[in-house]
Amino acid sequence: MLLIPCPHCGPRSELEFHCGGEAHIARPTNPAATGDQRWAEYLFYRSNTKGVHAERWLHVHGCGRWFNVRRDTISDRFVTADQIRSAEEGS
Amino acid sequence: MQSNRLPIGGRVDRSRRLRFRFNGTVIHGFAGDTVASALLANGVSLVGRSFKYHRPRGILCHGSEEPNALLQVDRGPGRVDPNNRATITEVTEGLTVASQNHWPSLEHDIGAINDWLSPIFTAGFYYKTFMWPRALWDKVYEPLIRAAAGLGVAPKEADADRYAQRYAHCDVLIVGAGPAGLAAALAASTSGQRVILADEQAEFGGTLLHDTGSMIQGMQAAGWLVGTVAALADCRNVRLLPRTTAFGYYNHNHVALLERVTDHLADPASGLPRERLWQVRAKQVVLATGAHERPLAFADNDRPGIMLAESIRAFINRYAVVPGHRIVFATSGASAYRAAADARAAGVEVVVVDVRPVAACGPELALLRAEGVEVLTGHTVLGSTGRKRVRGLIVAPVDADGRIGIRRKLTCDAVGLSGGWTPAVHLFSQSRGKLTFDTAIDAYRPGRSVQAERSAGAANGSYELTTCLAEGWEAGLRATGRDGARSFRVSPATPTGFVAVRVLPGEGNGRAFIDFQNDVTAKDIRLAVREGFESVEHIKRYTTTGMATDQGKTSNMTALGLLSETLSRPVAQVGTTTFRPPYTPVSFGALTGAARGALFEPVRKAPLHDWAAARGAVFEPVDRWLRARYFPRPGEDMRAAVSRECRAVRSSVGILDASTLGKIEVVGPDAAEFLNRLYINGWTKLAPGRCRYGVMPKEDGYIFDDGVVARLAAERFHVTTTTGGAARVLDHMEEYLQTEWPNLKVFLTSTTEQWAVIALQGPKARQVITPLVDGIDMSAAVFPHMAVRTGRICGVPTRLFRVSFTGELGYEINLPASQAALVWDAVYAGGEPYGIEPYGTEAMHVLRAERGFIIVGQETDGTVAPDDVGLSGMIADAKPDFVGKRSLARPDLMAAGRKQLVGLLTEVPGVVLDEGAQVVENPGQPALGHVTSAYWSDACGRSIALALVAGGRARHGQVLHVTTQAGFTAVRVTEPVFFDAGAERVHG
Amino acid sequence: MGEAGIAILPLAPSARFSLRLAAAVVEIGEAGGFWLDIPINTCHVAGERMTVRLGPNEWLLFGPQADAIRHDVAATLGDRFFSLVDVGDRDLAFAVAGIHARDVINGGCPLDLDDIVFPAGSASRTLLGKAQIVLIRPGAERLYRIECGRSFALYVRAYLENIAHEFLRSPGSGILA
Repeated sequence: MLLIPCPHCGPRSELEFHCGGEAHIARPTNPAATGDQRWAEYLFYRSNTKGVHAERWLHVHGCGRWFNVRRDTISDRFVTADQIRSAEEGS
Repeated sequence: MQSNRLPIGGRVDRSRRLRFRFNGTVIHGFAGDTVASALLANGVSLVGRSFKYHRPRGILCHGSEEPNALLQVDRGPGRVDPNNRATITEVTEGLTVASQNHWPSLEHDIGAINDWLSPIFTAGFYYKTFMWPRALWDKVYEPLIRAAAGLGVAPKEADADRYAQRYAHCDVLIVGAGPAGLAAALAASTSGQRVILADEQAEFGGTLLHDTGSMIQGMQAAGWLVGTVAALADCRNVRLLPRTTAFGYYNHNHVALLERVTDHLADPASGLPRERLWQVRAKQVVLATGAHERPLAFADNDRPGIMLAESIRAFINRYAVVPGHRIVFATSGASAYRAAADARAAGVEVVVVDVRPVAACGPELALLRAEGVEVLTGHTVLGSTGRKRVRGLIVAPVDADGRIGIRRKLTCDAVGLSGGWTPAVHLFSQSRGKLTFDTAIDAYRPGRSVQAERSAGAANGSYELTTCLAEGWEAGLRATGRDGARSFRVSPATPTGFVAVRVLPGEGNGRAFIDFQNDVTAKDIRLAVREGFESVEHIKRYTTTGMATDQGKTSNMTALGLLSETLSRPVAQVGTTTFRPPYTPVSFGALTGAARGALFEPVRKAPLHDWAAARGAVFEPVDRWLRARYFPRPGEDMRAAVSRECRAVRSSVGILDASTLGKIEVVGPDAAEFLNRLYINGWTKLAPGRCRYGVMPKEDGYIFDDGVVARLAAERFHVTTTTGGAARVLDHMEEYLQTEWPNLKVFLTSTTEQWAVIALQGPKARQVITPLVDGIDMSAAVFPHMAVRTGRICGVPTRLFRVSFTGELGYEINLPASQAALVWDAVYAGGEPYGIEPYGTEAMHVLRAERGFIIVGQETDGTVAPDDVGLSGMIADAKPDFVGKRSLARPDLMAAGRKQLVGLLTEVPGVVLDEGAQVVENPGQPALGHVTSAYWSDACGRSIALALVAGGRARHGQVLHVTTQAGFTAVRVTEPVFFDAGAERVHG
Repeated sequence: MGEAGIAILPLAPSARFSLRLAAAVVEIGEAGGFWLDIPINTCHVAGERMTVRLGPNEWLLFGPQADAIRHDVAATLGDRFFSLVDVGDRDLAFAVAGIHARDVINGGCPLDLDDIVFPAGSASRTLLGKAQIVLIRPGAERLYRIECGRSFALYVRAYLENIAHEFLRSPGSGILA
């Protein structure tokens, strides 16, 4: 059971979280102009990193916020945890 | 009685006599006894049969590593538990225990024939024998193996006990309360930080519980122990957990502990759980888990009465039990000398056989000889005699070249073996720490840590008492962020050191057991190597060494050493098998905790559940909800009840509790734009006060959820979802809002449980409801189909939707949940003149299927796109983008021959198809799709069905075939609408 | 009640709103008697009104009068972008009190409830067994308020009672209807 550093709530049990998979998979800005191959990569292709891996978590049973972390998939050590900020929250 | 009990000494309470039954015989013991110590006190040495050969076996150890003495424990109905180790099962008054693995009795066991057949039961026996002939497997081999396999008997009744779980957090978790763990706790306790000290034994102390000779800081070990435990008990920041085994070490210092709460109590107070699973999150962990002694391998080294040397010492000193009156200690190291000395002090006749030559022995040799004990150095053990109890040991001198001298038989009634020690590195290894092989102690010891933990004492390979204390202290300090050392005065010095001997020279033709629990012999391991196995993981699986309940705690190092010798490869290169949780067996009850019966998971009841239950409704689970499926009258079956309910809705009026629908309040200036991006539909032009049915795909283009969305105001929408989709739709929306479009000014709030929903459907619905409503013009012209109004009903504020999932004129009355019953009763009373009927989910399904409305999760399965179910007309083409739009143009979704929603009418109108049945062109041909919904339709007077069929829309009018229980039945493909094809009734 | 071994009791209905507001707006400090500018995972009690901040832009507002709360908050926030949703009937609440309150809650809740980590004024969304709850500790005494979805209340209560069983022998303990 991981101890996940929520940027808003501090370290919490993995029980409270939902894993959102690999982070920084940007949605193509113009899907209609995106070719099949590129679209398939966006939808389905994910890396399977051994080592430091960027991933998204949702603190679903906590503050309800999505955030990004970088986790070492070998040791499970969290390297960083960052909130996803909106413009109105400042950056 | 208790013929082997010493008159004085030990930690048992002679004033509290206890009786228990072992295989039907009453055995007497004292408070403080384990079943093992009480059996030994009564001269019982045969306590079980071995797993494979059914050889007579006794008690080997005094702790949780015991491989042999496994008992079926019976504490009454529903409290039967197999595979309890006699060595940690505490005696309670009236306890019933029985040995395992024998029939018809322990003394006369038919399975013992396996012992004579042993030449064929070698390593890999099952693999080799049962591979052929294949035909015999199902009927002969498998039943035989299943009957013979397994330890103990699975309980037949439901577990009558309660089990608790507890989450706990601490700064320092110390596992093991022997000298190292106690010293660590002492040091850590002074920091004021939160400390948990857990030990699997009933009493704290570890080896100090049977160390009658050592002095610590000028005090007898037992006295130091009392003072130390008392000091720790006084610390408010220290939680002491005896009878608590740390069995699993997981990520981020998450350690699972099993506390045995009541098994040691004859009459536990009501309410106490039998066991408690602690899930501890520790900032730092100190592992002071001690070490396991190794037996020696020689022919017939498994006879009852042959035990570990240190265990004999423990039985004598801690339990005041002498396992024999003439004991031979066979050893390859120094620690057994202290056991021999303590046995001699207890009045036992003692001989020591040491495989080491004199030159390899330490000062322990001279000390013991000075006491007049016969010590045969440079001797090997060739075998043992006796059947159900050891009667003698055959020993002989052995020289440096392995030449065996003249044999001699040493008569005895017990034997103490010591083949050295192995640190208990299980938890360290589970923590993913790196083990390193240390030739100086012939064992793997903790190397580099991966988590915030440190090992101390014997677990770290340090066996001197003074070192254990010092290492423990330092570990306790460091775990609390401090530095420092402290030395503990200990006398006399602990005799340590041993020579690693895998198999004693001259084992001859007998069987030298390495793994007692799995009956693995030295020969088995050598045979496995000869057959080509080299990897330690493969050898484990092929020979079964190190498996089952003890996980080879006493045997693994010897097996590894033997493998290393046989492969002529250093142990460090042979490696070791992976240590996995649990360290010792854990009951399913503890893992389950409260989550059984009614607490297995939340069962959600809708606001009008009680009304439906009182009305005799039959319920069905929908997601975690219980929903009323139908309301049978006396004598009615489901079809009759559902037909009656459907008739009421079609002809007059029906009422349904639809509260379980998911609801989300979407608020903000960008709310319409947000919904535009999530649904295939457009929302910008939806006027306040109007509703629209929306379909929500995921990014892959497949339908994810659907429901009616109402625009309450320009910037406020009331979104409904399917019952099962409520949470995941909100999560989906939040994900896009937060991660893709954080600049949209929208907020989402779950209101599923805020609003109860009463669906009132049927041509008389307006007449029923109008008298109850305030502030809403109910006339059809002003309040049309797919509109929403706010006002009051029966004085209660309502969001009144005019919507229909039945095809009839209808309303969904949203009310604050606490007011639902009041309004329901009033509406129901108002409907009685019209013959109102409550209807359930089954009638709802039939009514919507008659109109061809899909149910997400029934007509869709995660691979169905809007066009597949005929909804592509709802796609707002003007929108440049929405989630899933691009995927609708994926080649797969554009391909011809996709499965499409159709109606199926059976050629025989009375036949109702099975949902899930396969659709084929003709019997014998490949499936074209499957039936998604099938019902008897009262309105149509025949059966109806919906199906997904390849190229279905082009097949209207075709005759296809559908699988049935008996074979196939013919169906005709139609439009997926069976009633009111013009959709006129909703406007009534 | 604070001295009891363990007591579990359902709390009377309360008006309850979910307030969503851009985090940058918290500088207004207080809205209609609700203190918004408090740290995430804390609560603030002012008279009969209690504010719980669950996230950067999410608050729960409690008080006796729904209409008054709606009016007061809207009046303060004016035309700022916010969402105020009545959830008074969405959730139900229990009090868990007594010297064993933490032991009982930690029987199904993974939070660290130590005074240092979860002091008076703490509040958080979390789990109890398989149900999502909001756990609120308004004051220094060992009294916790548990909020759960209406249809989860039977489960939450039965779960708490199941754990509380072993503590019911302590003086003053009880489960109130």
